[in-house]
Amino acid sequence: MARYDRAITVFSPDGHLFQVEYALEAVRKGNAAVGVRGSDTVVLGVEKKSTPKLQDSRTVRKIVSLDTHIALACAGLKADARVLINRARIECQSHRLTVEDPVTVEYITRYIAGLQQKYTQSGGVRPFGLSTLIVGFDPYSEKPALYQTDPSGTFSAWKANATGRNSNSMREFLEKNYKETSGKETIKLAIRALLEVVESGGKNIEIAVMTHKDGLRQLEEAEIDEYVAEIEAEKAAAEAAKKGGFCFIILY
Amino acid sequence: MLLLLFRLSFLSFFPSLSLSQHFAPTGTKPHQRISVSLNFKQRKQREEKRRMMMKLDTSGLESFSAAVPSAMAAAEDQLFAPPSFDLPAGCADFDKFQMEAKQTLKHAKGTTTLAFIFNQGVIVAADSRASMGGYISSQSVKKIIEINPYMLGTMAGGAADCQFWHRNLGIKCRLHELANKRRISVTGASKLLANILYSYRGMGLSIGTMIAGWDEKGPGLYYVDSEGGRLKGNRFSVGSGSPYAYGVLDNGYRPDMTVDEAHELARRAIYHATFRDGASGGVVSVYHVGPNGWKKLSGDDVSELHYKYYPVQPTPVEHEMVDAPPA
Repeated sequence: MARYDRAITVFSPDGHLFQVEYALEAVRKGNAAVGVRGSDTVVLGVEKKSTPKLQDSRTVRKIVSLDTHIALACAGLKADARVLINRARIECQSHRLTVEDPVTVEYITRYIAGLQQKYTQSGGVRPFGLSTLIVGFDPYSEKPALYQTDPSGTFSAWKANATGRNSNSMREFLEKNYKETSGKETIKLAIRALLEVVESGGKNIEIAVMTHKDGLRQLEEAEIDEYVAEIEAEKAAAEAAKKGGFCFIILY
Repeated sequence: MLLLLFRLSFLSFFPSLSLSQHFAPTGTKPHQRISVSLNFKQRKQREEKRRMMMKLDTSGLESFSAAVPSAMAAAEDQLFAPPSFDLPAGCADFDKFQMEAKQTLKHAKGTTTLAFIFNQGVIVAADSRASMGGYISSQSVKKIIEINPYMLGTMAGGAADCQFWHRNLGIKCRLHELANKRRISVTGASKLLANILYSYRGMGLSIGTMIAGWDEKGPGLYYVDSEGGRLKGNRFSVGSGSPYAYGVLDNGYRPDMTVDEAHELARRAIYHATFRDGASGGVVSVYHVGPNGWKKLSGDDVSELHYKYYPVQPTPVEHEMVDAPPA
């Protein structure tokens, strides 16, 4: 097996491309990221690892915009992300220039995935070590969209998804609790999913919300703390209701 | 002029007879042999031209070999590389020579085409005469090209250029549809064509076309030409008969016409252009592009239209011929 993981373009006898799988491992070690699609809002959330005291946290942006109507969050190697994001931004503008139309979310996802795939089939390069969550609104249909790509170059659309660390538990939570939401409910769902795996608090979570009218907006720490407080209160109320009912039965 | 052209083709068949076989500067590929008689400045100009030529937008001519891995493509390049030839010796000013050659081959845009947007869509109309100088080579040329079921292009200028590039545009539009699961907009299609034509600027393409269609944003009309220009507008007429057509069109145009009124206006405008312009004639074709695509409305022979607009008036006979009375 060790012989088949050196060159990216070599298959192993049982059909694996080991470099791609190792890239997926790198993604699994990256910070958690979650994306939720509502009926009129899309939300991206990222785990923020504690910043060293001397680091200027404003220069570390984990949720970036590719165009006025498209945003991206990723899990994995941040340096690779920078390169991929730059190429995607150029492609967004190039599309506007040649077709006089903004890109659709599907188009730019296809482009990024195609780029990631190209690096799994060339000599002398390694794959990009990141999975991306791409959200946005299609220019004319105004429908929200959420897509995910991975190092192998596959992509698909999702109602809600998570990548990075502990993504499995986040995805399980989303599968159990997803329902069509809009506005604030979508934001709360995303935060609740993140809180499953991240320490609670505004300074450990980064959230960005995109609507068709207002574009991308990063939430302030104070706002996030508010939402977290609301969520905790709801959770406590639910616990109390459960316990209260239980006691009621016992007493009776 | 003809002699020069003949010399060019002669040399292309016998590349080994070039005068500069023994003088191939190191670093140049064999087929880029430079004639001894050119001085340094002219050599530099030619190299620059060749370098500029490399930036052609050949995406329209790509075959699927572009997707094939590099090794095979390199082999293919060697097999299918275009034949090259040396410039004729004594051709001191290549640019002037090239311009003169183009002029002899260029047909002035002898035609009349027009298109306009109104509330019910787009009307596209054209004549059908092809002329070579003073000789009418055809009265039945299709000058309205159906790019796809909801987009039309008109032809003015070189017929081969227009037909080829419109078909090529049709291919690109279809590929866009397949890749993006939605139709390309008229804006996008006209931009694709304009970008291709711009990259061939100065190489002798002669195209003056209008792209008309109906997309998500409603009716669209763009004028695109071989100089690389692209204009968005509501009314256009292209060709040698366009001044006459503009006169009638601009006079009778109203945005709230019915389809029949617009049809009649377009037909009349082309008829009047064919009446006065010798390079326009034949059959007037009128198409209408609506939300469900284009539909051909009519194709009327211009000479018959003439008698429809100017019916023959019976005139009283002034002098009647009678048989001389028998003496």
